[in-house]
Amino acid sequence: MSLLEMKQITKEFPGVKALDGVTFDLSAGEFHSLVGENGAGKSTLMKTLSGVYPFGSYGGDIVVDGQVQQFKTVRDAENAGIAIIFQELSLVKELTVGENIFLGKEPARFGIINWAELYQKASKLLKDLHLAIDPRTPVGNLGIGQQQLVEIAKALSQKAKILVLDEPTAALTESEVETLFKILTDLKARGVGMIYISHKLDEVFAMSDRITVLRDGKTVGTSNASDLTKDKVISLMVGREVGDIFPKTAHEFGETVLEIKDLNAYDFDNPNKKLVKDVSFSVKKGEVVGIAGLMGAGRSELLMSIFGAWQGKSSGEVFVEGKKVEISSPADAIKNGIGFVTEDRKRFGLILEQTIMDNSTLAGLTQIVGNFLTNRAKETIAAKQVMSSLHVKANSPLTVAGTLSGGNQQKVVLGKWLLTNPKVLFLDEPTRGIDVGAKQEIYAEINKLAKTGLAIVMVSSELPEVLGLSDRILVLHEGKLTGEFTKTEATPEKVMVAATGESKVLV
Amino acid sequence: MSETVEKSGFKIETSSLRAYTMLGAMILIWLFFYWQTDGIFLTPRNLSNLMLQMSVTGILAVGMLMVILTGNIDLSIGSVLGLAGGVAAILLTNQGYGLLPSFAAAIAVAVVIGILHGFLTAYFNIPAFIVTLGGLLAWRGAIKGISQSETIPISDPTFKVIGQGNITPASGWVIAIIAIVFVLFLAYRHAQAQKTYGLGEANIGGEMLKTILPIGVIIGFIYVMNSSNGVPLPVLIFLVVALIGTFITNSTTFGRYLYAIGGNSDAARLSGIDTKVNILKVYALLGLLIGVAAIIFTARQGSAAPDAGVLKELDAIAACVIGGASLMGGRGTIFGACLGALIMASLDNGMSLLNVRDFMQELIKGSILVAAVGLDMIGKKS
Repeated sequence: MSLLEMKQITKEFPGVKALDGVTFDLSAGEFHSLVGENGAGKSTLMKTLSGVYPFGSYGGDIVVDGQVQQFKTVRDAENAGIAIIFQELSLVKELTVGENIFLGKEPARFGIINWAELYQKASKLLKDLHLAIDPRTPVGNLGIGQQQLVEIAKALSQKAKILVLDEPTAALTESEVETLFKILTDLKARGVGMIYISHKLDEVFAMSDRITVLRDGKTVGTSNASDLTKDKVISLMVGREVGDIFPKTAHEFGETVLEIKDLNAYDFDNPNKKLVKDVSFSVKKGEVVGIAGLMGAGRSELLMSIFGAWQGKSSGEVFVEGKKVEISSPADAIKNGIGFVTEDRKRFGLILEQTIMDNSTLAGLTQIVGNFLTNRAKETIAAKQVMSSLHVKANSPLTVAGTLSGGNQQKVVLGKWLLTNPKVLFLDEPTRGIDVGAKQEIYAEINKLAKTGLAIVMVSSELPEVLGLSDRILVLHEGKLTGEFTKTEATPEKVMVAATGESKVLV
Repeated sequence: MSETVEKSGFKIETSSLRAYTMLGAMILIWLFFYWQTDGIFLTPRNLSNLMLQMSVTGILAVGMLMVILTGNIDLSIGSVLGLAGGVAAILLTNQGYGLLPSFAAAIAVAVVIGILHGFLTAYFNIPAFIVTLGGLLAWRGAIKGISQSETIPISDPTFKVIGQGNITPASGWVIAIIAIVFVLFLAYRHAQAQKTYGLGEANIGGEMLKTILPIGVIIGFIYVMNSSNGVPLPVLIFLVVALIGTFITNSTTFGRYLYAIGGNSDAARLSGIDTKVNILKVYALLGLLIGVAAIIFTARQGSAAPDAGVLKELDAIAACVIGGASLMGGRGTIFGACLGALIMASLDNGMSLLNVRDFMQELIKGSILVAAVGLDMIGKKS
């Protein structure tokens, strides 16, 4: 009998079917990897398993040890023996290792914590994992790798039978990965079932008994790892027709507008860690350059650094229309004709409680009204122009941005940058979380802008989008440029191979 | 698929909504006191007194509102007010400097302190709460130090006029006429702008209709003040400050940036706004207004006491919050903050007339502050 069975799991968000009849199973002592592109539904599937999405909000059954489960909260799932270790750690940095392991479950009587018992139990757990960590150390003093292992100790303290690891090695060094794998092998021998989510196919093949591939919210297939090859898995991951939603328009290129030389960017918290490594590229008038890569490949960091908005250290040279420019703030970038439709419009793009007008004129305000005084009439005209040219569906420029749908919000952000009259426009995940209709409108707009001579650099996690829109595709892997393809050369397989860093195919 | 199109075009912004509610509340408060004091509350003499009482808090609230718009706060303004007033008094009375150098020094002290607070907040990322809490203690210490904890009297009669004088009724009417012409001019320009920028026909008649209420308020105000002793000078200064504050927040790019920084500082920064410089500027501006308020305050008291301005920061913050400002930033109006200051002053004034005991006054004022924001929260949820 399977330890875990997920049957016909379906989960819908407004306008999107994130999971569509996914089936997945896990036996005791099995190491089962879950792979797929960004947005394939891996995380959503794990969130239904862990009770983040409560019973009733999804379709299908979750069966643990033959019993259908109805998790209402994360705690319910934990009680059923399911523990998840997310990519972003969920430890409290100020508390000690022991306190973190028993957070919310402290051995206590009448609310008074028995510290001796807590630390003794914590020591034992750490020893079982062969970890030489003092349970009294504050978690913040540990490296990321050790923190990850503490997370695992925490999961085991809850007697987890099923351990879900979401990209656990993303921040680890090689030796830390080795330690982790040793521990995982050990746990496997103890009968813990493990679901392993990773983009790193080497690791997946080294550890897995079975591999399941998800694509567009559906299970593509489950096979024994020994029956598969990396190439096969990659083709299963991307095996999808690039649909007709991408208008086939030939762009005509002009002069080089933007050139980047040897750009490096460092982590803000950890100034020794490079997130972008010696990246050089250029983009011509009227050209759309797509930047592909997996999560954490350094794509947003690259754009942020060029734009003068990266909070950490960065270095490199930027040339606009052949002239070297110094950009140390977004204001400098705007002055030099660079616009940036940032990712996560609610966090970085919009002031949600302000109107369409206030939002759309924010970046280009001084260009629209001058340096000192605002002018409602001029701003109204500018906002109306944005609304009509981008088809923003709202009653008036005074509609509050927060009440708009995702697609319309995205159009307002795009409009905001068009009002700065840019020569180069950066787009970071321009269609994330918006419905298909709005996506198509944004695609059409990107093509239209390229035709008018705007140079466009687009980061997207959706491979079909990058392939469908770009004239040239750059691929980043762990901060390095690992591939460059023209539109005709690029195939999903080639891009994915470069993005997973399987081989260097720099042209 | 899930397009949210607003059904009706007309929507009152939440911050002005609270201000309107507060206007209603203030009218109720006034009627209540009118009834309880047998009409004394609404006599010209008392109304003039009420306006005089609110003017210092009002000026401070205007500056505080702009700081609050950015999502910051200033807890030190009472101490800075005491220090600036003390500096003016010492220079004038003890050192024998003239009136203007003393005033200039008071304002300079407050502005420099504002710049320092803004600098530490914006460029060193020390939370404004901490920077200005430190300021609250430190600047109070400074005034006690330089005054050796003694009250410094003001003997210069011209100084006292700023706090205690009135303008003549005739000048009051001249100001009223200027104000009315200005209101009409704004309405005309607004109508013209519609046409110039192709947003519709110039509806001059309609715009003129909208000026009836403000013109009525101007005439009524001057009439009431003239029925007493004429407009008190501090009140006139407060009104000018409020007008300039409204202009800054509504009609300048700087004002727009204040709202943007408080609304979403990441989005503001990525839109090319220098959030740090703007925070520095807004603290400097608050400093300027504290300097002005300090001069009026000292002039009204006729002396500079080492404990002058204690708790003034709380009055100013309460005025902003009652008037619809959000301490998270991005929301609030000068009109609301002034209304808040007027409500606080009305409560003080009315309860004093009724001989409500001190402790009771404080209990009531505290409850009203919390209730005002509580009602707003309930209203937002439903």
